[in-house]
Amino acid sequence: MGTRQYGRKTSHSEPGPGDGGRTGSWRVTRPILDEQACIPVKRGAPACFICWLYCPDGTISRTVPPKIDYEYCKGCGICAEECPTKAISMIEESCFIKTDEGEK
Amino acid sequence: MHIIDSGNVAAALGVKLSRAQVIAAYPITPQTPLTEKLSEFIESGDMAAEYVPVESEHSALAVCIAAASTGARAFTATSANGLLYMHEQIHWAAGARLPLVMCVVNRGVGAPWTIWNDHQDSISQRDTGWMQLYVNDHQQIIDGVIKAFMLAEEVMIPIMVCYDGYLLSHTYMPFEVPSPDQVDAFLPPYKPAYALDPANPANLNTVTMPDVRLDTRGVTAHGYMEIRYLLQEDLLNAVDVMGSVEARFKERFGRGGDPFYETYRCEDARFIAVSLGSLSYHLREVIDRLRDEGIKVGIMSVHLYRPFPADAIAQGLADAEGVIVFEKALSYGYEGALCSDIKAALYPVNGSKKKRPFVHNYILGLGGREIKTAHLHEALLNSCTSKASAGRAPQWIGLKI
Repeated sequence: MGTRQYGRKTSHSEPGPGDGGRTGSWRVTRPILDEQACIPVKRGAPACFICWLYCPDGTISRTVPPKIDYEYCKGCGICAEECPTKAISMIEESCFIKTDEGEK
Repeated sequence: MHIIDSGNVAAALGVKLSRAQVIAAYPITPQTPLTEKLSEFIESGDMAAEYVPVESEHSALAVCIAAASTGARAFTATSANGLLYMHEQIHWAAGARLPLVMCVVNRGVGAPWTIWNDHQDSISQRDTGWMQLYVNDHQQIIDGVIKAFMLAEEVMIPIMVCYDGYLLSHTYMPFEVPSPDQVDAFLPPYKPAYALDPANPANLNTVTMPDVRLDTRGVTAHGYMEIRYLLQEDLLNAVDVMGSVEARFKERFGRGGDPFYETYRCEDARFIAVSLGSLSYHLREVIDRLRDEGIKVGIMSVHLYRPFPADAIAQGLADAEGVIVFEKALSYGYEGALCSDIKAALYPVNGSKKKRPFVHNYILGLGGREIKTAHLHEALLNSCTSKASAGRAPQWIGLKI
């Protein structure tokens, strides 16, 4: 189906998931959270959330524990860089290929 | 009201009467007196607008793009290297479909540095997706600015109103200034279908994928190519919209008539000269002289250059034996851009039996080189009398090499 009836003649995007597509497929390295080292998990209360604050794509939730949405996380690594307790590590996506296939 | 003033003041009065709400411009010769006049209007309270002083032409157009995105009527003006400094934002304004009006006070482009008139600046912006109107005198400047706002806002495409530096910008001529009531009745306030709204945040013109995509509401949105196609489609349709704007203008103000070009003694002409801007009025003297000498010649002055009204132009030229294009600009490495466009417009014409007219091209007046009536007469006479092809390359008039 064509876009002739689309209401706009320009590129226009609104806040919401997936306006740039499923950007998770762009990821080369995946952020993995070590909950043992994560401040809100350790305190059992909302705290820190530096990762949530810095994520440029809004893919980390402000919850205990924080959840990363791999559907849209591009793997930029800013969260891992900013985490004060180094609770997030960036792992090569290739490491997950076997795991993902194994899960199927 | 009938007044005598400069072309730059005519433009400024047109902008004021059009009730532009945001002006952002950087001074450059020969445009400077236009924006100085607008800042005077605003400072004295004669004009309810925001004047944003900027540090460059790139920023001037960026400010206008932002202003128009919020739903304000915005205007800027520039010349030559200032126009080229805007170039990236010029493309942006067209792709973003913002109905800006910009006066280009035509001046040659460096290097070498020149402040005098030719058309290389605006002609070099031909392919940016803006509309371009070329006007020939002060009345056409003020009227052209008012019409430009209407046309731009009806098709949501920006437009340049181009007029000759010094020859028009700094000379004084009598012209009619319409009353604010008349202009208000002609030109409604700018009400875009969409304007930025803090209550409903949006990103405009962000990275757009090659293919179509689902937007956040799950509706299939355009990819890059669909957006560019719509710009082209609306530009082509703007030819008819221009016709309608001109008709409405004539009805209200009693001036104007042909939206695309102005002809002089073309009715029975065997040869038709073509040009842009004030040069066409200069050529009228030559036409009269050649007519006295028994040569049936006329002049077509093209007003709407983009979108190119190819059908109307082909119709106006098809019956001539020869078309002679005089240009103050050049597509370096080939020929005058207007000449190429006219040849292309004539190509499908007379697919039947009639012969297409020959097309000669003269380049003249670059960087303000004086255009002598005697030279124009000699060139036009040569083209009308020696039927032989002048060769593919354009000929230069007034060259002392």
